[in-house]
Amino acid sequence: MAGKTMTNVYLYTRFERLWHWCQALMVIFLMITGFEVHGLYTLMGFDTAVELHNFIGLFWLGSFAFFAFWLIITGEWKQYIPTTRKLFDVARYYAWGIFHGQDHPVQKTPGAKHNPLQRLAYLGISAMLLPVQMVTGLLYYLYNSLGGVSLAPIAFIHTLAAFLLVNFLIIHLYMTTTGHSLFSHIKGMITGWEEIYDTTKIQEWETKATRKT
Amino acid sequence: MEKYLNLKLTGQSAAATFLWTAVLFVAALMLIRPCAASVANAAQQEALGIKLAKQAVREDKHWTTVDHSKIEMLNQDFTSGDQITQACLSCHTDASMQFKETIHWTWKVPSEKQGIMNGKAGHAVNNFCISGNAMEDKGCVSCHAGWNDIQGEVNCLACHGKEKFPFKETFADLAAFEGDDDPDLVEIVDDLHNGIQQAVQNITLPQRNNCGECHFKGGGGDGVKHGDLDTSLARPNRMLDVHMAEDGADFACTRCHTTVKHHIAGRLYTRPAAAERKSLIEDDMASKITCESCHSATPHKASTKMNDHTDKVACQSCHIPEFARVNPTKMSWDWSTAGKMKDGKPYEEKGDLGKPVYKSIKGDFTWAKNVMPQYYWYNGSFDNIGIKDKIDPQQIVEVSHPLGSPNDPDARIHPFKIHSGKQPYDKINQQLVAPLLSGPKGFWTTFDMNDAIIRGNQTLDVPYSGEFDYVETTYAFPITHMVAPAEKSLDCIQCHTRDNSRLAGITGIYMPGRDKFAIVDTIGLIAVLGALAGVTLHGLGRFFTRNGREE
Repeated sequence: MAGKTMTNVYLYTRFERLWHWCQALMVIFLMITGFEVHGLYTLMGFDTAVELHNFIGLFWLGSFAFFAFWLIITGEWKQYIPTTRKLFDVARYYAWGIFHGQDHPVQKTPGAKHNPLQRLAYLGISAMLLPVQMVTGLLYYLYNSLGGVSLAPIAFIHTLAAFLLVNFLIIHLYMTTTGHSLFSHIKGMITGWEEIYDTTKIQEWETKATRKT
Repeated sequence: MEKYLNLKLTGQSAAATFLWTAVLFVAALMLIRPCAASVANAAQQEALGIKLAKQAVREDKHWTTVDHSKIEMLNQDFTSGDQITQACLSCHTDASMQFKETIHWTWKVPSEKQGIMNGKAGHAVNNFCISGNAMEDKGCVSCHAGWNDIQGEVNCLACHGKEKFPFKETFADLAAFEGDDDPDLVEIVDDLHNGIQQAVQNITLPQRNNCGECHFKGGGGDGVKHGDLDTSLARPNRMLDVHMAEDGADFACTRCHTTVKHHIAGRLYTRPAAAERKSLIEDDMASKITCESCHSATPHKASTKMNDHTDKVACQSCHIPEFARVNPTKMSWDWSTAGKMKDGKPYEEKGDLGKPVYKSIKGDFTWAKNVMPQYYWYNGSFDNIGIKDKIDPQQIVEVSHPLGSPNDPDARIHPFKIHSGKQPYDKINQQLVAPLLSGPKGFWTTFDMNDAIIRGNQTLDVPYSGEFDYVETTYAFPITHMVAPAEKSLDCIQCHTRDNSRLAGITGIYMPGRDKFAIVDTIGLIAVLGALAGVTLHGLGRFFTRNGREE
């Protein structure tokens, strides 16, 4: 947009990016294999799908523990504290403002990478949907050794949550195109640097801190 | 480009990130290591079930200290079966006494119901030749292990004779030639005596042929009854039966049907063949009648999903993909068409598989080869409809049906041959009936069903109203022989599939791949399609409004 200056911010550290793309890969593979196990299509064969699904699922579960540890230690968990402030502004922006050339009501900063709507969505995903999926997945994997556990309710929740995750993935992918250019958000998640409108004064230390030229 | 330069982190922070990544992956790997390690081990090691089974049959050589041809008692000119048995009993003093206690002799076994005896000679019926009529039906008794029906002595050689010898005919000939001094006849008589002697001295533990003489041909012919037992198992190859195969383990029946005092493990009526499923690891004196006995409850390679199945799925379900793989087996028998005549004479017609599809004396048959079993929950027991039980002729009567449910810890999903029948029943008393078939007064001679029922029910002392009709019935046989090589066992997809699952009829469990919750899939579809529609509309909106930006 003419007349507005752009600035580069280092939003996502190498670890975060690596984690994001690893998790993306794992989740997508879990979806592909999981829905084959669910009987929606035949791709790699039921037994291969089951084995892959179990392997990736366990790997994800293990690595997620380290991500959670990282969140706590670094204090990055604070990025997920939900807030209603500006929540409705953001909602209104996506429902109306975006079609009318308005500015996004919230700018990203390294201290606040997620807008209030994202915070709520990601909190829901990370704190609810993913743990539910992991717990039911683990129960699904272990139910035979647990004794007295019925598979039906586990499968009910696990499958339902899987559909909701596909729903999330579609919207998530679409939302990446709503940056100042179609791919600016994706570029940010690949390089760590995101180009944003310089509407918010970013403190010198934030931009300079990692700038080693 | 400044921003790409910016990507270069300091050595310190790059190292830190690297360390984190490494720690993450190593730790995650360690978490799943037990699984991964066992998968790797399993690839090299033999599955537990194979290892144990090989140990169980390692010393398979039977040895004996008796050469029966050197026994003086057996070097005599026998003129009757009972004489032979007396000779046997002169050493094996208690054998006959033991044997007469067993169901092989009595053809009866107490039922759970008051005053009811199961067994061919009891109140049990089937949908083949229906009843043994308390052994009055002489056609059936040819399989009884005595020399002369139920009178007299046990015929030890039926099970222990290596040679199949026509004793009955030979003794009849000897009786006819007795006292004749024609030198030619004397020579013939000598030959006959020698033949008998050789057969009597040729003693063995029961071989497949001994048991098969009756059990391969139950129901009146090869492969009629069981579906997994027919004459093809006398000399099977590995593809047909890995255990009994001559080029495989070459088991005799008694390798699994272990025997105590002539009681042979494996009888199935209202009580299971084995009270408990135990491997020889848990109890080295356990009978070997279950697969678990030698293969254990975790027979597959470690950490494979198949081992999780063994608490609910019988080994046979996957390892016997089809039965009657060499010889055809009878699948249905319709008594209601019996009695038709051609030119006033009974006749028979042969079908595609070289087996009779119609016999005047028996009615219509269907036969099949390579039959896919039907699957039911099965705890080792059957529910039987006997001659004294009430039936509902409006429905298909399950004359014999497996018992078990998903919640029964002893029950497994097990394969069965279901033989369909249409057989006579008493219209007034609403009970199955037991027509007498063989003999001069039996249906096979008189072709009068009503008279045959009157005579047959009399043998069992069961009243008959005088009015009969035909009712559809089923009879279930557990499929347990004809275990195929491992590579021929079922793929997951044979059962874990939406359509045409082999286990489509199994209820009470959730099976991934087969089952779904309609509501979950509906909500899921709405969520996915809704999201797609939403983002498409939103995207189109942005496209057409050019994001509200002016050109």
